[in-house]
Amino acid sequence: MSFDGLTGVLLVPAVAAALLALLPGYRVTARLNVLATTLTLICALSLFFGRPQPGNYLLVDDLNGTFVVLTTFVGFTTSVFSASYIGHELEIGRLTPPFVRFYHAMYQVLMFAMNLALVANNIGLMWVAIELATLTTVLMVGIYRTHEALEAAWKYFILGSVGIALALFGTILVYMAAKPVIGEGLGAMVWTVLVARAGSFDPALLDLAFVFLLLGYGTKVGLAPLHAWLPDAHAEGPTPISAVLSGLLLNVALYALLRFKMLLAANAAALAPGPLMVTLGLLSLVFAAFMLYRRRDIKRLFAYSSIEHMGIITFAFGMGGPLANFAGLLHMTMHSLTKSAIFFAVGHVAQVNGTQRIADMGGLTETHPLLGWSLTVGVVAIAGLPPLGIFTSEFLVVSSTFARQPWLALILVFGLVVGLAGLLLRLNSIAFGEPRGPRAKAKASYVPMFAHLALVLIAGIYMPPALVAWFQNVAGLLG
Amino acid sequence: MSRIDFDVAHLLAGTLVLISFLQLYQDRLYALLNVYAAHAFTLAASVAWQAFVQDAPHLYLTAAIALVFKAVVIPVALHRIIVRLGIHREIENVVGVGPTMLAGMGLVALSMVVMLRITHDADPLAREDLAFALSVVLLGLLMMVTRRNAVGQVVGFMSLENGLVLAATGAKGMPLVVEISIAFSILIAFIVIGIFLFRIRERFDTVDVQALDRFRGERR
Repeated sequence: MSFDGLTGVLLVPAVAAALLALLPGYRVTARLNVLATTLTLICALSLFFGRPQPGNYLLVDDLNGTFVVLTTFVGFTTSVFSASYIGHELEIGRLTPPFVRFYHAMYQVLMFAMNLALVANNIGLMWVAIELATLTTVLMVGIYRTHEALEAAWKYFILGSVGIALALFGTILVYMAAKPVIGEGLGAMVWTVLVARAGSFDPALLDLAFVFLLLGYGTKVGLAPLHAWLPDAHAEGPTPISAVLSGLLLNVALYALLRFKMLLAANAAALAPGPLMVTLGLLSLVFAAFMLYRRRDIKRLFAYSSIEHMGIITFAFGMGGPLANFAGLLHMTMHSLTKSAIFFAVGHVAQVNGTQRIADMGGLTETHPLLGWSLTVGVVAIAGLPPLGIFTSEFLVVSSTFARQPWLALILVFGLVVGLAGLLLRLNSIAFGEPRGPRAKAKASYVPMFAHLALVLIAGIYMPPALVAWFQNVAGLLG
Repeated sequence: MSRIDFDVAHLLAGTLVLISFLQLYQDRLYALLNVYAAHAFTLAASVAWQAFVQDAPHLYLTAAIALVFKAVVIPVALHRIIVRLGIHREIENVVGVGPTMLAGMGLVALSMVVMLRITHDADPLAREDLAFALSVVLLGLLMMVTRRNAVGQVVGFMSLENGLVLAATGAKGMPLVVEISIAFSILIAFIVIGIFLFRIRERFDTVDVQALDRFRGERR
């Protein structure tokens, strides 16, 4: 097999994981980690220029190409942030060198698993990859080995496994539905074959399969009421992992759902997956918006905000149609960039304050102007205020919904406003007012944070026509 | 397909559901592990029978994994962990035995109604297998919900996975990749669980999941 971009996005993280597991020394491994993610990003970008033919196991098309580039980009910036973050954790003794080695290896395994899940053309392989990603993040969440971290990891593990188990049952049902049409064997699990012939599958079996898949992968997306693991996992793991979880892993699970949604859409007699996704999306949005108010831990606050935004994205994809899908894709991209930037800021904020309790933070713009203002910009962006990118995408979601289902749009707007107020309220006490935290100088890496926020700002002001055309093309694929 | 093929497969899958019920009301950890071993053993027999009926030799591998790994290695290892942690006392259930059994019966009825109605076109063997498998999966979930003890939840999860293997082997000609992945995932899952149990012991001196709840971030 010749070396191409597709092999690269899988091989580079796999090799890097093996190397990082063997090499000692924090400085070398942190740099190697960054180098590996850079190479993966380059391989992912090369997929735009040439992609291999879909096989029985792997596939690259416009849809997952977009996801792969987003994943590898955020993976790259997070690795830069992670280098300075982990350095600090080593310094204060929260992590010991063996754990750092383990952490770096796991980081690459996670990147490998996410890329594999995205490029899998086989629903069985996709399931295996998502399971691998889950197990890796379980280990990462528990890495601090405090009471809270262990509880979070245990809860994540149990809920994640149940979700994964339900998803496997759904996958088996899809195979059962495909078997009479396609015949026994490998072909009946290959996605491109499935979608081409989904029209003649037994619709009842497909319906049941989708319900299981929605519950299973929906748990991993963090949709209410299956979200219970998410805030704990975000709050207790190392912050780079919170950034990757929120910015990437939730997307990957959603991507799996989208693939199966396309399968159902290809069968006229099957149930429409839209209303189910719309319901779960709205429920997550409104629920998470209210949960924002009484948070005391800063990372839990933004974890609930992730649930809120995954709700909006699921809602948009559930509505379907070119405009709503476009809005959903844009919102997903913007959310990934913004939320990871926020977690970069939050990681440093928690490190300089020595705590994650919101009550112990205050006047951050005064004590640490650069950090404080970046966090402010990030929160303003995530709350959906103009002129940043999330405003554009939320506006598109709302306006396209108003045109088709005004009542749903009302609930949507209600949730958005409640969430906005909740976030700004918390931001006020963290960034402004009486300085409460220590004034120690922060040793932070600002570049990833600034890069993300700049991209979000640019997208809010001016979207290049090429990008718009690309997203429109992908939205068209989603149907 | 001959009559006997169908009857034996039916008998084994039905036994699996029955053993799931047995697991529901065990109130001692050792007994629970023994019942789980029986569960895994029945699964191995069922998978082996499917391998024979479908003439699919690779399924014998799955059966062997179920027999060696799930029916012997895991129960023995968990047994040792229990001894080592000194937790061989009675397990508390969140809900009483009566309501749990009633809920279990409701779940089995539900899965029969759902699966048999939907799969009327599929061949009878796969159809009933799938209905039984869904029952086992749901009973495993129920067990995880009703147990407070971490070991109890793990056993619930493993019996749930047994249901998945039953479903996967019942689906004729399903590619090997999935079976291997299931076995592999159980292996990984078990390692993870093992690590967790030890860490939990190290930090809490208990494997009662309720003790973990106290440390939830929102109740500081």
